[in-house]
Amino acid sequence: MAEPLLKVKNLRQHFKISRDFTVKAVNGVSFEIYPGETYGLVGESGSGKTTIGRSIIRLYDPTGGRIFFNGKRISGKLDSQTDKMLRQNMQMIFQDPMSSLNPRKKIGDIIGEGLDIHKLYSTQVERNELIGEMLKKVGLSPAHAERYPQQFSGGQRQRVGIARALIMNPKLIIADECISALDVSIQAQVVNLMKDIQHETKCAYLFIAHDLSMVKYISDRIGVLHKGWLVETGSTHEIFSNPVHPYTQSLLSAVPQPNPRVEKNRRLIPYDSANADYEHCTLQLVDGSHFVLAPTN
Amino acid sequence: MGKNILSIENLDITFRTNAGNVHAIRGVNFDLPRGKTVALVGESGSGKSVTMKAVTGLLDQNAVINSGKILYDGTDLLTLSKKDLRQSINGQQIAMVFQDPMTSLDPTMTIGDQIMEGMFLHKKISASDARQKAVELLKLVGIAEAERRMKNYPHQLSGGMRQRVVIAVALSCEPKILICDEPTTALDVTVQARILNLIKDIQAEMNLSVIYITHDLGVVAKVADFVNVMYAGKVIEFGTVDEIFYDPRHPYTWGLLSAMPDLETDDDRLYSIPGSPPNLLHEPKGDAFAPRNKFALKIDELEAPPMFKISETHSAATWLLHPDAPKVELPAELKARLLRSRKAAHYG
Repeated sequence: MAEPLLKVKNLRQHFKISRDFTVKAVNGVSFEIYPGETYGLVGESGSGKTTIGRSIIRLYDPTGGRIFFNGKRISGKLDSQTDKMLRQNMQMIFQDPMSSLNPRKKIGDIIGEGLDIHKLYSTQVERNELIGEMLKKVGLSPAHAERYPQQFSGGQRQRVGIARALIMNPKLIIADECISALDVSIQAQVVNLMKDIQHETKCAYLFIAHDLSMVKYISDRIGVLHKGWLVETGSTHEIFSNPVHPYTQSLLSAVPQPNPRVEKNRRLIPYDSANADYEHCTLQLVDGSHFVLAPTN
Repeated sequence: MGKNILSIENLDITFRTNAGNVHAIRGVNFDLPRGKTVALVGESGSGKSVTMKAVTGLLDQNAVINSGKILYDGTDLLTLSKKDLRQSINGQQIAMVFQDPMTSLDPTMTIGDQIMEGMFLHKKISASDARQKAVELLKLVGIAEAERRMKNYPHQLSGGMRQRVVIAVALSCEPKILICDEPTTALDVTVQARILNLIKDIQAEMNLSVIYITHDLGVVAKVADFVNVMYAGKVIEFGTVDEIFYDPRHPYTWGLLSAMPDLETDDDRLYSIPGSPPNLLHEPKGDAFAPRNKFALKIDELEAPPMFKISETHSAATWLLHPDAPKVELPAELKARLLRSRKAAHYG
């Protein structure tokens, strides 16, 4: 197998709230993302999925563990060269296209900001051409560059968010709940667009979401998070056909299915998280690429 | 007593805005049979929330009701004054559960006070009786240590527990109809499943009629008996939940169903509805869905289709159902999907 593009080893992210209270959002999570694949991170709210995304792109400083990206270590102190490499090759798409775009900036300037910062063009004409092409790629028109975010619908704004990430030609895009604020019919358009772009540019996605049917549809591999621990990881097929961890089983049993007769007879598998003790567990191989968090013995 | 506890007939609502008149509801018909659950589905802006706001008299100031009737047990709610509506219907007969339990609860009041508030307002009840009833309601919605929780404030509870409290508030005056506006969108799937089961159990126990407003077809499949699909201010298809999920007839319903992948979907692309919903600031000519519909016929541009009856319970507004219309082939992905779900459900 190829070298992983992103390697997260034992990542911990704690937030100190007061002198004697620390929120342990992420506790020793390890996973890898290979070039061109989509890795889905799922879990309930508070499981740490968003925190992991933000720690990787260094919006937070990880408390512990190591992160390697593109062959370079990107945890700890960054030298200016690595920082530049990270900023160019890793991009993020945010959840809420209303609040993640600056309302006072034109669409063209929002998309072009990365180009401006990294001076990736020689003339103004070239810059505008790049922006225009990018707008076309995400299904908008070059004329839209002169407009402001509030002149667009939610789906169109999320396309702008995607264009902004793509213009740097990144190797990895972190998509944090990027479709959950959109209507169902628009979600499908955006997901199709993301898939097309992946075919074309071979970029990898870290797809963070709570909608399991969408995650299953888009991901090659999946990691299931619970209370800051990665409780199970494997290929999409392995996770959905043979969920091993009781939390994964419970989560999958709760995914609503658009099939009334099946849905009305389904039973929820309960999971009591109160006596879950993950401290003394390690990820253990099930088979293939399928790992589950289980007590060490 | 009629079969339907609530009937909306030909409701038509316009909003006056600075930009012009927005024709948000363009003739909605809708029935809620006694003791049943009806879902209203559609994209944002399709008019599902506005319709329910008209029922509860919560429409904004700039709304004008052009025509229509809202019959609750035979009384037209639109003829009642705001005061009468508030005193005798809202909260007492028709109660609502809102989407976000963080904003629909008062952060400065204990949850006990919030549950009892409605009882004091609508009923002659002593403080100790109200207290006792509030504790019972908290137990009913599955909150442990109800006595102690009465003194808690909303921020001391988790999202799922808050939504349980909102349900307890809604049930405090023993309503006949419960309107749930996206009640679980803000919650995790496991919590969502539990809340939906809870509403179902309470419905059976209290003989409630329930309306769900949602765009999540998974939720609809789980809870609904009947489904109304709305688009651009109209109901464009209605039927029993089986008819809508296993035998949909309107191209918009096809689009909605295929846009949400089921766990079996492994096609390369999701079938998506192109474009976006129309801006109702400009009255659409003909069928409002025509510009996004690859099955649109010539007549769709000229005249809006009437409701065509498919069975006693199932109707859809699309010219494709006209006897003279050409026969269309369902998109392959959807066809496979419908076959799959019928098979899994042993339907037909």
